[in-house]
Amino acid sequence: MSTLVEELINTYSKLETPAYTAKDFSSGSEVRWCPGCGDYSILAQTQRIMPDLGIPRHNIVFVSGIGCSSRFPYYVQTYGIHGIHGRATAIASGVKIARPDLSVWVATGDGDGLSIGGNHLIHLLRRNLDINVLVFNNQIYGLTKGQYSPTSLKGQITKSTPYGSIDYPFHPVVLALGSSATFVARSMDRDPKHIQVVLKRAHEHKGTSFVEIYQNCNVFNDGAFFLFTEKETKDDNVVFIEHGKPLVFGKDRDKGIRLNGFQPEVVSLKDGKYSVNDLLVHNEQDTTLSFILADMTYKPNLPRPFGIFLAIDRPTYEDEMVRQIEAAVTSEGLGDLGELLNSGDTWTIK
Amino acid sequence: MPEKSVQSVEEVTIRFAGDSGDGMQLTGSQFANATAILGNDLSTLPDYPAEIRAPAGTLSGVSGFQVHFGSREINTPGDLCDVLVAMNAAALKVNLPNLVDGGTIVANTDGFSEKNLKLAGYDTNPLEDGSLSKFRIHAVDITKLTAFALEDLNLSPKIIDRSKNFFALGLMFWMYNRPMEPSVDWIEKKFSGKDEIREANLRVLRAGWNYGETTELFTVRYEVAPAKLKPGKYRNITGNEATALGLLTAARRARLDLFLGSYPITPASEILHELSSYKAHGVKTFQAEDEIAGIASAVGASFAGALATTTTSGPGLSLKTEAMGLAVMLELPLVIVDVQRAGPSTGLPTKTEQADLLQSFFGRNGEAPLPILAAATPSDCFDIAFEASRIALKYMTPVVMLSDGYLGQGSEPWLIPDFKALPDIAPRFRTESEGFFPYLRDEKTLARPWAIPGTPGLEHRIGGLEKQHIKGMVSHDPNNHDMMVRLRAEKIDRIVNDIPLAEIEGTPDADLVVLGWGSTYGAIRSAVTRHLERGSKVAHLHLRYLNPMPANVGDLLKKYKSILVPEINLGQLSKIIRMKFLLPTIEFNRVRGLPIRAIEIENKITEILKG
Repeated sequence: MSTLVEELINTYSKLETPAYTAKDFSSGSEVRWCPGCGDYSILAQTQRIMPDLGIPRHNIVFVSGIGCSSRFPYYVQTYGIHGIHGRATAIASGVKIARPDLSVWVATGDGDGLSIGGNHLIHLLRRNLDINVLVFNNQIYGLTKGQYSPTSLKGQITKSTPYGSIDYPFHPVVLALGSSATFVARSMDRDPKHIQVVLKRAHEHKGTSFVEIYQNCNVFNDGAFFLFTEKETKDDNVVFIEHGKPLVFGKDRDKGIRLNGFQPEVVSLKDGKYSVNDLLVHNEQDTTLSFILADMTYKPNLPRPFGIFLAIDRPTYEDEMVRQIEAAVTSEGLGDLGELLNSGDTWTIK
Repeated sequence: MPEKSVQSVEEVTIRFAGDSGDGMQLTGSQFANATAILGNDLSTLPDYPAEIRAPAGTLSGVSGFQVHFGSREINTPGDLCDVLVAMNAAALKVNLPNLVDGGTIVANTDGFSEKNLKLAGYDTNPLEDGSLSKFRIHAVDITKLTAFALEDLNLSPKIIDRSKNFFALGLMFWMYNRPMEPSVDWIEKKFSGKDEIREANLRVLRAGWNYGETTELFTVRYEVAPAKLKPGKYRNITGNEATALGLLTAARRARLDLFLGSYPITPASEILHELSSYKAHGVKTFQAEDEIAGIASAVGASFAGALATTTTSGPGLSLKTEAMGLAVMLELPLVIVDVQRAGPSTGLPTKTEQADLLQSFFGRNGEAPLPILAAATPSDCFDIAFEASRIALKYMTPVVMLSDGYLGQGSEPWLIPDFKALPDIAPRFRTESEGFFPYLRDEKTLARPWAIPGTPGLEHRIGGLEKQHIKGMVSHDPNNHDMMVRLRAEKIDRIVNDIPLAEIEGTPDADLVVLGWGSTYGAIRSAVTRHLERGSKVAHLHLRYLNPMPANVGDLLKKYKSILVPEINLGQLSKIIRMKFLLPTIEFNRVRGLPIRAIEIENKITEILKG
């Protein structure tokens, strides 16, 4: 006998996916982030790419925890759960295991996802459920009004660190790679095109997609990422990594990254000593390279990499579970409840 | 062959005790199975240390399994044992206080070496120094006899040593005239492919039986006639197995997939083990990274349309607290099974207790009421798990099901139900988009609609923030919050109209009622029955629904002059009763990590009746 959910899926899977516009993914709820917050851009880009996914919006679920980023689901016209602090990834795991047919997204932040929710995040990444995790990293606690977060920089002055933070920060991309993530990317709120590309790729990736998004908190940590996001400084401090392409950057595209042993170094393409052929060529499927690139993040004198660090295939948890259930049904036959209840040593009283 | 006499007895309690590596749990449960098949009523109590392998031969490493069986109704695992099988000196020392005067000791003499005696704190060998004169002692060198039986097989000393529990089992099978076939079958199956071990265990089992049959040491065999149980097909079942089956059956009757999000914890893990073996039934079990993820994943699965459940014990329930509040706010169906153990904190992980009742009632921030049900016996776990699921689905609410270590791991015969005769509890997913609002409540039940992802036109967001009545948008309006707090409470209160009235057992015109809940059922019933047999006027009221309580509980209790409340805590139900009904109660509290003994309750009743 089929279950009610199977019947429901069968009924509606025959419907054609409507031709949506970004507006169809706006819930109509008044967006309540501070004016100028980087979250607006992430929301807008998400709504913009949704019509391109080819999925009916009733098959999409956004899950969040607590924090500014976690208000996200309220604003997207899909199914959504605004959960409790840190647990979005765990809630989303339950949604995805129960319903592999759904497209599941998590909106979280550096506090929600990396501090209180750090444990659930790393376990989601190693299990590789097909869930897209967007970490809005603003290096501060915004909703609680300005305490330092696990990504705040050492020495950072915040409400709870008036003498400067003595905490060494988490490095989200390295953390994700170290947790055996199969898709790891970084983008920034002020580069709409780049977010769109990364989000689409995250969606296409079968497995957990971890996307760190630099997001400016203009109230409590304004300008934290200006070096990488503002026109004047961006070109010389950011290198966009693309699969199969050499790492070139600079306002005049005249600088590149070369590997010296395992160490990336900046070389000039102007003085004739090095050419593009000498540069490091990105390979998304190379796990070793992904660590080397990720490690550039806090190295002085190196541009910060943005893009997709890693995209590799590994079976997803939910597929493995379905496979195991199907294998059990094949070898044991579809479970017969009456038989199960009557199993073991039984006896009859007359 | 020596002449053996056969004595008929009504009931017997046997305790198998040895080192935690001696296989006493296995021996005991094998004995219980054979006993069940013979048609005796029975109740078992595993009693084992928290350490997997405590130092051999020490008092802290003693593991025991008690089986109480008889031709009459058996409600408890037995206060004291009639027979103690002691595999070593420590096992004797620990369990001797629980042996009745005149009881029988079957001791493995090899376990009473000088070293064993010293570890157990004996200066002289109790089997020889006359200190056990009030008991009947059968000193048997089980280790040596086991080795003899296996002499020609050329086995490692380790395998030989590990087979000796089957000698004790075989001997007890002989002494109490139990069939060996179920254990033979079990050994054949368990060790198929491991011919050496299979052969060794089978041989030793038979050697134990034959030893009883042929030696002059044993002159009496006992017979326990079948009990008069209700006709039907039975199996022996533990509470944790019954819980797993109850949840699966509920999912079937609800036509939903069963999802379990759980983290291993004693004494609840067997539910996870059971459900994870039901793959062919489509059950999805998720062993999460912690207790919080266990319940959080279940909340997600519930949102997605599964019958979602999470299983745990006390410390785990504490960790799940915040997510339980979320489920209250989201108004999603969820069954939270708490197999209570002795607390606080880590407490006594393998020992039973009833001290999570108030946590279940009040252990969440804000006004967060939810239904609470408690199983009374191991097999009742099946019915309670089913009922908890029914209420969760119908009222869109998390439900707490309380079991405990004794119920979860103890066993009793279970009259196997016809699952097709159980009620249809299939929910109705909301599919009409016309007039849909996430918090538009059913007029009768106050349940909100369950609209699951995949349904066109019903896209909606729910969350832990307070919701606007009907529309379900986030709302900070003070009056709306006041209303929603009251609506959530009233929804739970209204369940009272959907549960059976409480029934009194015993004399209706008694002055004294014994009020219990959960696993004290058997002990209270035994104590009350003994009083009734003597002509005392006493009644028993046992609560399976703690929140809401059946509508007639207050009126029933008011009829009695005295209300005695035995609990394995410091009076948690008593507090609730006083709070709800302004009635005085007489507390009877034992918090020893063990079931309350029937005799203790019996004596307390005597004391109260005397005035």
